Amino acid sequence: MNAARAPLASAAASPIDVAAVRRDFPILAREVNGKPLCYLDNAASSQRPRSVIDAISRYYETSHANVHRGVHRLSQEATDQFEGARESLRRFVNARSSREIVFVRGTTEAVNLVAQSYARPRLQAGDEIVISWLEHHANIVPWQMVCEQTGARLRVIPITRSGEVDFDAFLGLLNERTRLLALAHVSNALGTVVPVERFIREARGRGIPVLLDGAQAVPHMAVDMQALDCDFYCFSGHKMCGPTGIGVLYGREALLEAMPPWQGGGDMILAVSFERTVYNALPWKFEAGTPHIAGAIGLAAAVDYLERLGLGHIAAAEQALLDYATDRLREIPGLEVIGTAPHKAAVVSFTVAGVHPHDLGTILDSEGVAIRTGHHCAMPVMDFFGVPATARASFAFYNTRAEVDRLVAALDVAREMLG
Amino acid sequence: MDLKDLYRDVIVDHNRKPRNFRPMPDADRHAEGFNPLCGDRLTLYVKLDGERISDVSFQGSGCAISVASASLLTESVRGRTVPEAEQLFTSMHQLLTRDDAAVDPAALGKLAALSGVRQFPARVKCASLCWHTLDAALHRDAEPISTE
Repeated sequence: MNAARAPLASAAASPIDVAAVRRDFPILAREVNGKPLCYLDNAASSQRPRSVIDAISRYYETSHANVHRGVHRLSQEATDQFEGARESLRRFVNARSSREIVFVRGTTEAVNLVAQSYARPRLQAGDEIVISWLEHHANIVPWQMVCEQTGARLRVIPITRSGEVDFDAFLGLLNERTRLLALAHVSNALGTVVPVERFIREARGRGIPVLLDGAQAVPHMAVDMQALDCDFYCFSGHKMCGPTGIGVLYGREALLEAMPPWQGGGDMILAVSFERTVYNALPWKFEAGTPHIAGAIGLAAAVDYLERLGLGHIAAAEQALLDYATDRLREIPGLEVIGTAPHKAAVVSFTVAGVHPHDLGTILDSEGVAIRTGHHCAMPVMDFFGVPATARASFAFYNTRAEVDRLVAALDVAREMLG
Repeated sequence: MDLKDLYRDVIVDHNRKPRNFRPMPDADRHAEGFNPLCGDRLTLYVKLDGERISDVSFQGSGCAISVASASLLTESVRGRTVPEAEQLFTSMHQLLTRDDAAVDPAALGKLAALSGVRQFPARVKCASLCWHTLDAALHRDAEPISTE
């Protein structure tokens, strides 16, 4: 299935042609409320290129059967494509082995898997898990649950007014009871890129394993498991131009090997009798039941697409949009940007004096502009900045400067109407 | 879908200058309402003279629709009996959620300005939060009211 892939180096050598890229995404041609769609909610979920949609359709039209089971032709083809997708993902994040790539429903399930299968059997009352104030609820609640189950304590690294994780405070939180560090790679609510390398070095130097929530990082920058040297890395397909309902847990092989299965069922076993069950090898030990085969194949197509564009070019294009959007938004009287870290992904969270974010969302929608408003599943971040909610524009490589201009114009409409 | 149908002049005015926006230390009843989706939060206070609502006020923060709706509520239920207020709650619920609402807008006075909310399903909860909160206050529910 990988034979058709374009040679990466030559294809990635040219910068992104945004007009051509936009033609790859059928949904970008539609209208909302009589205006061309201006989709600026990519941190919630990105859109899909035709190649991903086609890969899923082609699979269902030509090759679908259950995987890892039949000797018949279709089952073998489905298995080859599914395991081929795993190898694509392995290469994409530069893991040592495809045994370290576990398919899950998404980042949330990946974090829960680690909380229940890695942390829960090891934690004792008084042990500590360290997270940061920036976290998405998906990297808070699973740890709260495991703390409740074990008597462990959750410790939270504070953030600064610019929205950066306080490294000195982090050092102060580490002690002999620290059992795990779980940290966002990129903040979904503010866009802060956390300098995770420093945190990983410090934690691993003390023998503390590290989990990274990479949901907002993987779509926008090249990530390398061997270079990062973290223990677990979690991400979702739907934020990186892939399908919903599929994601990846990367885990260091030695740790995954030592962990008990999370869910029981078919596919995760080698032999079952009523006396004893022998579990399957990695990574299938963690993939009970028929997997999301089409999702994995679609995700591999998304990886192909992103690699053809080049993650470096994607990051550069998005950074240029972020800089332009930040400058334009700051011209608006009464607009305050929440989250001003020097190193950010293409996310701008903001408030407008006198206009509630929820009203902004409705008024912008009437102009065809889709943004997220609310707490962004990061209520502690909102509490920290003393706001009930923010408006958030988040950009992808297929967005344009003209769309930033439309955002600014729509905000003027909102201010005129309600400000 | 016309924005002007949602943000009518009456609503914009009540958002900019909410009426009866004050605490009520001697309230007979009060209840809290919360919409976790957008962070709207309000406290509604009621003073009763027998069966009659002699005063009503609110405090809190929220979007224009939720603030204007609460402000309009305070103006329209003051002086009414508890059963009359409950009847108004039923009428408002219909106005906000049903295209075939058998409600005479004229009977609702200024509250009819909220009829445009129905075209914006994501915003119906903003407008109805204060009414559910009033219902809780009148029935002495101890738990805060949540739209979720």
